[in-house]
Amino acid sequence: MTTPSEKGALIELLYQLADDDFILAYRGSEWLGLAPHIEEDVAFSSINQDMMGHANLYYRLLEQLGEGKADEIAHLRAPSKFRNAVLLEEVNGPGTYLEKPDYDWAFAVVRNYFYSVHKQIRLDSLRHSDFEPLAEAARKIMTEQYYHLMHWELWFKQLVTSTDEAKSRMNAAIEKVWRDFGGVLTLGPAYAEMVKANFIDDENVLKQRWMKRIEAVFNETGLPFSGEPRMERGNGRKGEHTPDLTQALATLSEVYATNPQTGW
Amino acid sequence: MATVSILDLGMVETVKANGTAVKITVLPTFSGCPALNIIERDIKQAAEKVEGVTEAHVEFVFTPPWTTDRITLEGRERLKEFGIAPPPANHVMGEPWEIDCPYCGSAYVTMENIFGPTACRSILYCRSCKNPFEAMKPVANL
Repeated sequence: MTTPSEKGALIELLYQLADDDFILAYRGSEWLGLAPHIEEDVAFSSINQDMMGHANLYYRLLEQLGEGKADEIAHLRAPSKFRNAVLLEEVNGPGTYLEKPDYDWAFAVVRNYFYSVHKQIRLDSLRHSDFEPLAEAARKIMTEQYYHLMHWELWFKQLVTSTDEAKSRMNAAIEKVWRDFGGVLTLGPAYAEMVKANFIDDENVLKQRWMKRIEAVFNETGLPFSGEPRMERGNGRKGEHTPDLTQALATLSEVYATNPQTGW
Repeated sequence: MATVSILDLGMVETVKANGTAVKITVLPTFSGCPALNIIERDIKQAAEKVEGVTEAHVEFVFTPPWTTDRITLEGRERLKEFGIAPPPANHVMGEPWEIDCPYCGSAYVTMENIFGPTACRSILYCRSCKNPFEAMKPVANL
């Protein structure tokens, strides 16, 4: 491998990939027992388990690049070191898992569906990455991601073509997700270096592919397409985050942080 | 009770001996599988019981990715004995997935949930013999 600046860009990219899956899987896991029906509880928790596995693959690549032990990378970093998009750290809705959870299923469906479409496009690019261990991981992850995308697409299409209440909730969720989905679509400050080293395709190419795919689904289901998604609450790729991330990390690392030497 | 071994599932990729040390590379079925640590431990213990082996090292690798066409014929039969329909041998992702009931062989089945109790399985119901059953999800390279 490669120059120090290329290595730096590769590490940034791996943190983005890992942290996106990690934090969205965590938010998904908070739905356990609260999903609309028991089949969905089984499906959603299975998807979250896969996604934690995907994050783990990327954390292990970071470990091999000298970033520390995978568990420590996942559990002991400060929120400002996380590179996930802000949208993916957002709470599921008012209340907490233990106290009066008033979670928004429309938001869960829209966030996961849009993310899943992007993840598919991103993996399709990564499997040709010049960093071969990343290309190998992408090929593995794609075989599982296939089922996730199918799942969320079914939910999305069913709900946006369902009752008036479902439609209005889904429209509100789409509007909400649109305000920050730009943060998922960016590769952050090191993006030019990532692309130059052939780690991943140009973020504009990936964004156009995502928009084309989503626009087609919107046309098919009669939804108005409102142009490019925005990034209103900061760029997670630069370490900009909301208090929701701090809360999420405090909860999910609570046990690990009590004694990092113990095998969990 | 029948068992389905990691060899039946096509998870073992290479076994290499260097003197009395053995290195075994294994392909995980699903990357988030929580059984991986147990599988690793069991392989190591089993290998170190073999005469002439003093040390076994297990490594999980992702190339080639594990796909369900790696499951042996015997593995397929044994999955059925567990009430798990084996995945089609040469599945193309995106094409219809035909599943026969592992108990009665009927194709008159319904998919209850494509996700199941573990990442690799789905939940179905047989309309012929009225048994719920599971099927292993087909996984093929995309």
